[in-house]
Amino acid sequence: MISNLRAVRAIYVFEMSRTGRTLLQSIVSPVLSTSLYFVVFGAAIGSRISEIEGVPYGAFIVPGLIMLLLLTQSVANASFGIYFPRFTGTIYEILSAPVSYGEIVLGYVGAAATKSIVLGLIVLATAGLFVPLQIAHPVWMLVFLVLTAVTFSLLGFIIGIWADGFEKLQLVPLLVITPLTFLGGTFYSISVLPPAWQTVALFNPVVYLISGFRWAFFETADVHVGVSLGMTLVFLAACLATIAWIFRTGYRLKA
Amino acid sequence: MFSPADSTLADPSPADRTPPAVAPAATAPVIAIAGLSKTYASGFQALKTIDLDIRRGEIFALLGPNGAGKTTLISIVCGIVRASTGRVTVDGHDILADYRAARELIGLVPQELTTDAFESVWDTVSFSRGLFGKPKNPAHIEKVLRDLSLWEKKDSKIMTLSGGMKRRVLIAKALSHEPRILFLDEPTAGVDVELRKDMWEVVRRLRASGVTIILTTHYIEEAEQMADRIGVINKGEIVLVEEKATLMRELGRKQLTILLNGRVDAVPEALAGYGLTLAREGTALVYTYDTQGERTGITGLLQDLARAGIEFHDLQTTQSSLEDIFVDLVRQRR
Repeated sequence: MISNLRAVRAIYVFEMSRTGRTLLQSIVSPVLSTSLYFVVFGAAIGSRISEIEGVPYGAFIVPGLIMLLLLTQSVANASFGIYFPRFTGTIYEILSAPVSYGEIVLGYVGAAATKSIVLGLIVLATAGLFVPLQIAHPVWMLVFLVLTAVTFSLLGFIIGIWADGFEKLQLVPLLVITPLTFLGGTFYSISVLPPAWQTVALFNPVVYLISGFRWAFFETADVHVGVSLGMTLVFLAACLATIAWIFRTGYRLKA
Repeated sequence: MFSPADSTLADPSPADRTPPAVAPAATAPVIAIAGLSKTYASGFQALKTIDLDIRRGEIFALLGPNGAGKTTLISIVCGIVRASTGRVTVDGHDILADYRAARELIGLVPQELTTDAFESVWDTVSFSRGLFGKPKNPAHIEKVLRDLSLWEKKDSKIMTLSGGMKRRVLIAKALSHEPRILFLDEPTAGVDVELRKDMWEVVRRLRASGVTIILTTHYIEEAEQMADRIGVINKGEIVLVEEKATLMRELGRKQLTILLNGRVDAVPEALAGYGLTLAREGTALVYTYDTQGERTGITGLLQDLARAGIEFHDLQTTQSSLEDIFVDLVRQRR
């Protein structure tokens, strides 16, 4: 399925150079906004909050904030990456090229995920300047980082194909991703919620991502790390299945 | 340069004039389209049933009014639109089962000026080559850009280019991966004279190197100048496929209409040899002749008219053009 590696590289390099051209918007702005969260929640408000599950509040929110960034950036990058050629019409070239669907996805999603991962690591390093950080399981931290970036880049790819205007392109990140992330335990452990809301929270897929990611840092988690990993993989599989369906039916790509 | 005797010897017979790049009709077509139809989700039937073979190395012009199905047909062959029924092979490769092999051979220049905006000319053309799985070849990219007078602009962002330049970029992208078949969808729509000339020069060179070229147009002259064969498509059907030379012979015919002072019931006996027909209820005679023939026979006809005592007050000549044939074909099927 993947044999035209030159095509994958062409798409990947094309997408990455787009990032390079918009460095300020792509890198500086997300790092800045995340740093603001550290200052406001970690330093200002956090100093009045006692430890959560044995972790200082400023450090506690780091995994959540990285996830917030990872999710929004993955979706935004991947959706824009595939939507823009559809919008301008240059998609004709991709569709008429000797490339498989797998190669197209690998190029676009690979680039979007790469960018998110780099951003995540930059923010992690930035966070280290504000709060003392410890990473209990660095390998698992990276596994969750990569899996989440890939999964949400796939979701972004789907959104970019589904969207038929710039408004829709913004709609999902704004109305779905951000609320789910904020309600998914970025700033708190869901154990602080009333029991009924804890049950509701378990329907939020982001809870599992943040919980697993946080476990890799502090070994404290809302749900078992195995469950987190399992749910992440389920979500990944769901995205892959949707993309397979899109290409099989030509949905919004081929008349 | 040649003495008269030489030029007689050198003058090739019409059959020999066919350029060597064109393979004999007996060889397999480079594109074979069979039973192809397309009905869009909206219910609009863009293509009825298309059967068409494109010969290796030819320039095939697909003529048709707007909305005839030209772009749909090209889009299906190139993999941008899915056919409802039918089968297409490109150099023997099925466009669905063996899409990689089929698409590698094809370069497409779309009708719309769909280009990137922020990339440089060099980057976007190199991107196309990579997308088609070809290894980097800066020398080839340079040649393509030079041929299309784009070399000076290679580092410019595409958004800063004029419409004509963007058209050149699209052609350069299509040629970046050295296709054996080139589709040009309305290549000269909204293009100035200079670019048109450049483009035809490039097309001629490509053809000389054996590339098959399929172009769509609604400009008849374009087809007249360039094509080896002409196909006319209307309302999703191919209504005519003909050698251009044959069509041009048709075009070489002219009609002379002689407006008589009186009325005749039949073509006079004395003029029987001219193959005249009656027109305008017997007040006019129509003579069809070949402008490319040695003698048109007009002088003789006029002398014989005078001898037969037939008086006339006016003469009109008309020449049917490809355009007339085209308009007739299209009208018949309205």
